Amino acid sequence: MSTDAIALPSAEPAARPFVDALHEWVTTVDHKRLGIMYIVYALIFLVIGGIEAMVMRIQLIRPHNDFVSPQVFNRMFTLHGTTMIFFAVMPVLFGFANYLLPLMIGARDMAFPRLNAFSFWLTAFGGLLLYFSLVGANGLYGAGNAPDVGWFAYAPLTSRTFSVGHSTDFWTLSLLVSGFGSIGTAINILTTILCMRCPGMTLGRMPLLAWLNLVMSGMVILAISPLTAAQIMLVLDRYLGGHFFDTQAGGSAVIWMHFFWIFGHPEVYVLVIPAFAFISEIVPVFSRKAIFGYPIMVAATVAIGFISMSVWAHHMFTVGMGANANAFFVFSTLAIAVPTGIKIFNWLATMWGGKILFKTPMLFAIGFLFQFLIAGLTGIMLSAAPFDWQLGNSYFVVAHFHYVIVGGIVFALFGAFYYWFPKMSGKMYSETLGKLHFWLFVIGFHLTFDFMHIPGLLGMPRRIYTYEPGRGWDTWNLIVTIGVFFQALAIAIFVTNLLWSYFKGKDAGSDPWDAWTLEWSTSSPPPAYNFASIPVVRSRRPLWDLKHPNDPDWKYE
Amino acid sequence: MKGSSPQRVFQTFLIVACSGACFTLCSAVAAAATGSTPPLSPTNIFAPASTPARSIFSLSLFVLAVTASIFLVVFVLLAYSVVKFRRRASDDGREPPQVYGSNQVELAWTVIPVLIVVALFMATARVIADVQKAAQPDNAIEVVAIGHQFWWEYRYPAFGVVTANELHVPVSNPEHPTPTFIKLLSADTDHSFWVPRLAGKTDLIPNHPNSTWIDPHEPGIYLGQCAQYCGTQHAKMLLRVYVQSREEFDQWIQQQRQPAAVDDAASEGRRIFETTACIDCHTVAGTVASGRFGPDLTHLMSRDTIAAGAAPNTAENLQLWIRNPDAIKPGSLMPAMELNDQQLDALTAYLETLR
Repeated sequence: MSTDAIALPSAEPAARPFVDALHEWVTTVDHKRLGIMYIVYALIFLVIGGIEAMVMRIQLIRPHNDFVSPQVFNRMFTLHGTTMIFFAVMPVLFGFANYLLPLMIGARDMAFPRLNAFSFWLTAFGGLLLYFSLVGANGLYGAGNAPDVGWFAYAPLTSRTFSVGHSTDFWTLSLLVSGFGSIGTAINILTTILCMRCPGMTLGRMPLLAWLNLVMSGMVILAISPLTAAQIMLVLDRYLGGHFFDTQAGGSAVIWMHFFWIFGHPEVYVLVIPAFAFISEIVPVFSRKAIFGYPIMVAATVAIGFISMSVWAHHMFTVGMGANANAFFVFSTLAIAVPTGIKIFNWLATMWGGKILFKTPMLFAIGFLFQFLIAGLTGIMLSAAPFDWQLGNSYFVVAHFHYVIVGGIVFALFGAFYYWFPKMSGKMYSETLGKLHFWLFVIGFHLTFDFMHIPGLLGMPRRIYTYEPGRGWDTWNLIVTIGVFFQALAIAIFVTNLLWSYFKGKDAGSDPWDAWTLEWSTSSPPPAYNFASIPVVRSRRPLWDLKHPNDPDWKYE
Repeated sequence: MKGSSPQRVFQTFLIVACSGACFTLCSAVAAAATGSTPPLSPTNIFAPASTPARSIFSLSLFVLAVTASIFLVVFVLLAYSVVKFRRRASDDGREPPQVYGSNQVELAWTVIPVLIVVALFMATARVIADVQKAAQPDNAIEVVAIGHQFWWEYRYPAFGVVTANELHVPVSNPEHPTPTFIKLLSADTDHSFWVPRLAGKTDLIPNHPNSTWIDPHEPGIYLGQCAQYCGTQHAKMLLRVYVQSREEFDQWIQQQRQPAAVDDAASEGRRIFETTACIDCHTVAGTVASGRFGPDLTHLMSRDTIAAGAAPNTAENLQLWIRNPDAIKPGSLMPAMELNDQQLDALTAYLETLR
């Protein structure tokens, strides 16, 4: 069934010295190379952040453990949170967007290739700046080095009174720098999608992945800006005598919370919408059906984009807002469940009546559906403000947002890795190792994050380096820690699979999944110019039209 | 399809996934059901012992019931699609019928969630109002709680009592309630007051006074701890609330209002205390010690624990705490006092007179 729409001569260059190859990668402005660099960079940080998580879990394996000191533990959770959000998940999503968007909308590159390279290097150096704090931030004696203020760095803990030395400055500056990188990429994605689509690809015929990334980029611009502003205010406070957040001089700690969460909650959707995008591509192809309710899916995404801008203070139900303000944020938070639910139902309806093929990407997509459902439901529990007064800042919240980020986003990402790996590398991955990775990760994930809810219900707050015995938390923490090792093993298998398949894998061909979007019409890996001639499309599934000339989509859309 | 049949693979998946979720849910329900006797945990949010915690508990049961029903419906749909619509071994290789959408179905799964959202919102708004808008009765006990890195200061303005780390309140008879209203302040960073069996948490934020209230129905000791990251020793900023009968509570207040006991046998220890840095941070009422950074020690020996609940209040622990606070609570702001053994013994003897 698979068709090589455009057969291209192999453009394999002769082997060159390593320095030349390196120079080519470092100076590249090609969206595919930048995409791959984003992804590799993010994977490295994913492993670093994972190791930090393991240190924390080993410390918490039993009460009064002394594997690490409280100072080290506090640095670990600060680095873990900051790394995973800003230097693992965001870059990997930008990497996929960079790689896939021009291919899926039939363009030869992003709108601003140089801005693209600039943004990547800003993000990359932002991450290095954060970790340079480990050697560069030694302030006063005992003040430590890496930042230890938590990833949301509540004021006034970040003021110079409570955070001596330079560790907080490294945190601030690394987010400032990478924030500009994110804004640059968002502008680039927005412009590319709006201006670079191939002939015939109206907005209503774009792949859902393009639509979702369009919404995501708009949200990045709106959400990162207040974070950047807040970081600048924090630097003013620390070095130029500003008093924005300096409570000892009349500043407001609550204003920082508002600034941070008006970034922080849209950020959750910035991360999860691209994950939705992967699922919206993988589920139809492996169910062999068109996505159910395309216009509703687009509308639901746009609705999520708007509503998510008005829910931030549900992170602040315990800071003493008035009853009416609390009620407003309860309502907006509950409201966002409606478009999110619509998306889940549409994915289910896409599978309904299909012929589902359980390749590794689809396994991860189904894992995503199941776990994201639970994450959404625990989210509803947390949105009921009084329930949040108990659950907020407890291990229940930690379990909830890891369900979103690991059970949802990371599962979708693994699905995306396996789905597009043949396109990016030209090689097919090992299905056996892929399935092994899936099952080990499912077991590890559920051991860790299912059981993590319970100590939260039993009163265990987050960010504590140790806990008292006799509170009924011991067994749960032991199980949670055991799960982490399954996850680590699964990640090791994943990396092995990628490396082994890249060097030894079978050729994948240009369209291994018999898929329908434009990236599968060019060779694997695609040439630098993507398409020999710019494609022309008449429907949402141009390759379906090509493969089914008697029953094309454009007759029904 | 290779190896094991997809059906079996998916049955395994369903069993693993379902049992995980069910287990979590069951544990939650079990925690709720076994609530008061025997306690699963002294900090179980499903074992409420005070009105705010009870209101939250009933709301949480409603929310759990709604979310569990949604879970069941969607999970069954997912499991059914995965099993029923898997590609069979006998597949003919033809594409299934292409369905692009249905406005009726979309309308249904938009309207039903909207109704659920409205119901959840109304139930929630009611509990918010019940807890946040409760009026303070005239006979309420007023306490000011001040969060410090990493301990709690409690002041009873009406009684002129100042104490630390162990909050005493009278039991409140539901017929004639005597609730305790707590004003929440912070001396440094953000903290959060969380005693799960008595009420939800409320943050203590500098420059932003908050309040909360409790009306415990049963005497006893209720535990909790700081729930907002506040610095190095956030983990050992523990909360203890002693709920006593009204008579015991009044007695305790009387005793706490006395100035510090004077015992000549411990005069050497007192001299050391008053001539070292101790007095920069600690107060002993009626003496020159009037520091404000650390806990009030006037009635130190009336407390069960030291270092914000981190260790039982014994002579050995007191000595260890003075000699090397990091042994009990690394990173606490109490400095090691660098005293010799005789000074340490004398000082401990003095502290033990502060009943």
